[in-house]
Amino acid sequence: MPAPDRSAERDSASAILPLTFSGVSFTADERTLLGELAFQIEPGGISVLLGPNGAGKSLVLRLASGLLSPSRGAVRWLGAGARRAREAHAIVLQRPVLLRRSVAANVDYPLALRGIPRAERAARVARVLGATRLAAHAQRPARTLSVGEQQRVALATAWALEPELLFLDEPAAALDPSATRELETAICAIRDEGAKVLMTTHDLAQARRLASEVLFLHQGRLLEQTPASEFFAAPRSEPARRFLAGELLE
Amino acid sequence: MAEIADAFATAWRLIASGDAVLLEIVSLSLRVSAAALVLAALIGLPLGAFLGVARFPGRRVLVALLSTGMALPPVVVGLGLYLVFSREGPLGAYELLFTPSAMVIAQALLVMPIVASLTRQTIEDMAREYDEQLRAFGASRLRAAATLLVEARYSLPTALLAGLGRAIAEVGAVMIVGGNIAHVTRTMTTAIVLHSSRGDTPLALALGMILVALAALVNGATEGLREVARRAGA
Repeated sequence: MPAPDRSAERDSASAILPLTFSGVSFTADERTLLGELAFQIEPGGISVLLGPNGAGKSLVLRLASGLLSPSRGAVRWLGAGARRAREAHAIVLQRPVLLRRSVAANVDYPLALRGIPRAERAARVARVLGATRLAAHAQRPARTLSVGEQQRVALATAWALEPELLFLDEPAAALDPSATRELETAICAIRDEGAKVLMTTHDLAQARRLASEVLFLHQGRLLEQTPASEFFAAPRSEPARRFLAGELLE
Repeated sequence: MAEIADAFATAWRLIASGDAVLLEIVSLSLRVSAAALVLAALIGLPLGAFLGVARFPGRRVLVALLSTGMALPPVVVGLGLYLVFSREGPLGAYELLFTPSAMVIAQALLVMPIVASLTRQTIEDMAREYDEQLRAFGASRLRAAATLLVEARYSLPTALLAGLGRAIAEVGAVMIVGGNIAHVTRTMTTAIVLHSSRGDTPLALALGMILVALAALVNGATEGLREVARRAGA
């Protein structure tokens, strides 16, 4: 895989991390869905937002990526204007919507939106399609691909933006094991290039495979933010203990 | 009965022999309606797409106006334009009355609300699916509207064909602003009105048959597009 190492370049240019949530809450229809979140996302590794369905994981990603605004509190990027921050991160939605055009054109679309020159775009498209093992499908209509391949197209599209911070919302929710493995390989490759990954999952096994730190969310509250090795050995919160033990949490 | 059969036979001979008068009328009709459709599409497609994604005060009123526009009686549009184009009217100086240009404008006014309304409906439905993704890419509202127009490329031709159908079958507006002048502004529909009132049924029938065939063609094209879209996985 011809993946130039950009981590050094990134360190010097890195301007948007840490990402800080201070006193963030989110209310809809007078129901508090997220309450008083305060945490920081530091550069490096894969931070996993873990928790049962309905804990508010996707909501945290949407707030972090700016798709939603907090009802109270603030989401802050270090040392970056809003525009620069927006261009320094990318998000893959749980059900990504692919455009009715070829796989390559899908990857190209947000690059063109950002005004990246054509030659550079072509190089990036070729690189990420190769790295996600989609090069053979480059000219196929994206919506005729399998669900797993479509998910990889979405990941490749985000990767091509060369984000400092990549948000992934349940990236393997509907995938079979082999498709999941392909996807996780790509996620690790993105991390190894120096990008920070913040992803949600309710899949404990996936969290064990990928996480360098765990943010455990339960009923709209952040119960702990713990390095992965510690979390899986001895979680600090009672609901996390029960979640790890395989109990069904409300 | 024999008379009607004779009329049909003569009508068919007119079509089969490529009668010059007949061809002239059909050709003018097609050119006027095609030009009207192009004009209506240039305005209606972007306007519809914008209304499909934008939210602003007065949007609902505009949407309702366009829906009403779909049902505008052609004679009323013709009458309105007649007043505008007449010598004393605000655009009288351009001397458009009784020209094909006036007919193009009249039909464009009838077709534009159809194109815009159907486009708005299509784009609004698509926006529900695409909105969050396009915002995640950082697309502006205008850019989103343009992208959705491209995404809807398999369904929008249906809107255009609906517009073309209305334009080509319409008689009231072109009659008033065109004046049904032989060799200049005589279209299929105005010729049918004239010739049937004179009792010259064969030419009227021949034109009627061509109109029906065109309607079938438009319908067939719409179905064909759906098939293409299905195969393209869209």
